[in-house]
Amino acid sequence: MSVLSMQHIKKSFGDNEVLKDISLRVEQGEVVSIIGPSGSGKSTLLRCATFLETIDAGEIAYMGQKAAWTENNSAVYVKNLKPFRKDFGLVFQNFNLFPHRTVMKNVTDAPISVLHRDPKEVRALAEELLAKMGLSEKADAYPCELSGGQQQRVSIVRALAMQPEILFFDEPTSALDPELTGEVLKVIKQLAEEHMTMVIVTHEMSFARAVSDRVIFMDGGVIVEQGRPEDVFGDTQEERTKQFLRHYER
Amino acid sequence: MDYGFIFQKLAEGFLTTLLIFALTLVFSLPMGLLVYFGRSSKWAPMAFLCKRDRSPGKIKCAVAEFKPISSIFRLFISILRGTPLMLQLLVVFYAPFYLFGIKLNTAWRFFALIIGFVINYSAYFAEIYRGGIESISVGQYEAAQVLGYSKAQTFVKIILPQMIKRVIPPVTNEVITLVKDTSLGFVLAYLEMFTIAKQLAAKYSNIIPLLVAGLFYFVFNYIAARGMELFEKKLSYYQ
Repeated sequence: MSVLSMQHIKKSFGDNEVLKDISLRVEQGEVVSIIGPSGSGKSTLLRCATFLETIDAGEIAYMGQKAAWTENNSAVYVKNLKPFRKDFGLVFQNFNLFPHRTVMKNVTDAPISVLHRDPKEVRALAEELLAKMGLSEKADAYPCELSGGQQQRVSIVRALAMQPEILFFDEPTSALDPELTGEVLKVIKQLAEEHMTMVIVTHEMSFARAVSDRVIFMDGGVIVEQGRPEDVFGDTQEERTKQFLRHYER
Repeated sequence: MDYGFIFQKLAEGFLTTLLIFALTLVFSLPMGLLVYFGRSSKWAPMAFLCKRDRSPGKIKCAVAEFKPISSIFRLFISILRGTPLMLQLLVVFYAPFYLFGIKLNTAWRFFALIIGFVINYSAYFAEIYRGGIESISVGQYEAAQVLGYSKAQTFVKIILPQMIKRVIPPVTNEVITLVKDTSLGFVLAYLEMFTIAKQLAAKYSNIIPLLVAGLFYFVFNYIAARGMELFEKKLSYYQ
């Protein structure tokens, strides 16, 4: 059973067809990186997977449960998406931490007030996760007191505290300088080693190569090429992929 | 002219002014939020006209976009902002008589005054809140949505606290204006400080009572503005 299954996803913004029949399956423990030029539909795919955008057609299922499918050429969603939301977490490019709340409250509030988990256990889990990310002393700090890298690590902790089945990253380091990028990538790598199921949209090619089980190259709303990182990067098949990857060579 | 007497009379009037001020704020601040909700209502009962149709006409789409609740509140806000508060107070005061033929008594003056002020200020507060809420980045809503917060939870826990911080400066402006607007009580001959000051000035043919009233307004506004400043400082623990 796949953690996430997206089948024949179509999505347009007006006349602009952003996703043209995209299918993606992610298995338990798999780390998938999605690369490709800006405007290729990578972020839109994540936003569709996390219900931030509605699909026009196709099928989305988490843990074998259908959340959306197609009827009469248009997508239908289940009435209550709430049970599906606890299956995934999303880490945004610009963190989107809640500025008026401490790190601890940012991390613990949703598990307590949305999932109704025991506050004591949630706090213990949050402390453990913050410690793992090297943020123990920052529990009582406000987001504005943290560096970008620290903020992004907090937002990863916030997503993890929900104990999702799968974690999505939407260009998690694009708002960070190279030094801070390193500390965030290190954390994601650590999660990969623990076999956290993840889908990472990224422009960090060497990172994608190092952590992924599978790399997907998207362009113009379609998956152009996908495979093991050593194949996609080392033995590139498609001309369009070669062309894109050439920009990352020195 | 007995200055002690004048001061005492004005001080009494000032208590009434304070009462009008406090009651108006207590009711209009939350009511502004309700007006904002109405103003931003997305309920469009004709939306189905445009939804299923692949190529709906322009007229059909215009009808589909019609939001009755939002439209009513927009009209409400534009009338309240577009006509003199003095006129609004008179309309509220005389409405029961002209609409229902109810005989007006002196006690009604006070209620009419409060109702008039509350309605007028709620329209202004609604627009201030709208500015504050719309300035909050869409990312905050998205983060809340992904974490599974309901719409109500998102508003109360995430949006409202950030909105409050952002609207303090414009709300302070309104608060100060309200202190001065209470002087419009004189149009209903309600005995708040300004009405009393005018009567005293007429009685003694002397401007001193008006100047003393001015001093009262100024000192109170100074205190109110300082209070809001402190509140703002208290919320400056985050950006």
